Amino acid sequence: MEIAASQKFEIVERSDEQLQQQAASGDFVAFQELISRFQSRVFRVARRIVGNQHDAEDVTQLTFLSVMDHLDDFRKESGVATWILRIATNHALKVLRKRRGLPTVSLDAPVGDAEDSYATLPHPEFIAQWRDEPSRLAQQREVRQLIETALEELPEKYRVVFVLRDVEGLSVKETAEALGLSESNVKVRLLRARLDLRERLTRALGDEATRMFPSHDHDG
Amino acid sequence: MTCEEMLAALNDYVDGEQLSATCEKFAQHLAGCNPCQVVVDNIRQTINLYQNGEPYPVPAEFQQQLKECLRQRWEAKFGPTPPQK
Repeated sequence: MEIAASQKFEIVERSDEQLQQQAASGDFVAFQELISRFQSRVFRVARRIVGNQHDAEDVTQLTFLSVMDHLDDFRKESGVATWILRIATNHALKVLRKRRGLPTVSLDAPVGDAEDSYATLPHPEFIAQWRDEPSRLAQQREVRQLIETALEELPEKYRVVFVLRDVEGLSVKETAEALGLSESNVKVRLLRARLDLRERLTRALGDEATRMFPSHDHDG
Repeated sequence: MTCEEMLAALNDYVDGEQLSATCEKFAQHLAGCNPCQVVVDNIRQTINLYQNGEPYPVPAEFQQQLKECLRQRWEAKFGPTPPQK
């Protein structure tokens, strides 16, 4: 039997912003939905920044406790996703600093040092085509280990920018908002991360037979 | 174009942003420079590899623990929550 148009139910998924507002006004179900929508993303970001499951779980829990504590403080200048990822990133960075016995300082503290300019960028050295497509390489256990190790060895200020921008797909503007950095700072850190990871991965995954050498002659 | 200008243009080029004058120059250079083409390809492959990499699923046990912890905190702050389904 056909259902009359007037009887059809339209299921409209609530936006992140609607869930946040409803949670802020005391709706626990909306809060739970917000958690289930973001828990994978928060856990993945945390796991990639802190490097192990146990700390990633702590960071995820602390993140949602902070979200609950600050539901009223959310301002609409940034999206809910950016807001939650910023909270998660800050908790993850606190874990790293605690691990190293350093005081907790904000991520933007080192802005302005030489490494945040284009002046001293590392130039590509090992240039070769990769031996296979990334989607196939990602299936190999040793390659998965390699990419995680390369990411872990990247200095944290570059790693965090790479994870938010390139892995999680935040825009440069959103990444800057999440980390309290300028967009130009995000861009230069992102470039350093990309160049560093490219170099490491190409040394491991590049086909030596296709290796070529840069001429440093860019007038052509 | 200096190497530094090339590298600075590289990011915008990889992201497919609106081509600035420097970026246009970079695109022209790229057409005739094999090593630079490979570097651009390598960077795109690097990003792709991380996007395709380890998904890190949230452990089921932790999901339960998280849910319970947040429920308890919510009740302490705001009062009773609806019964669990």
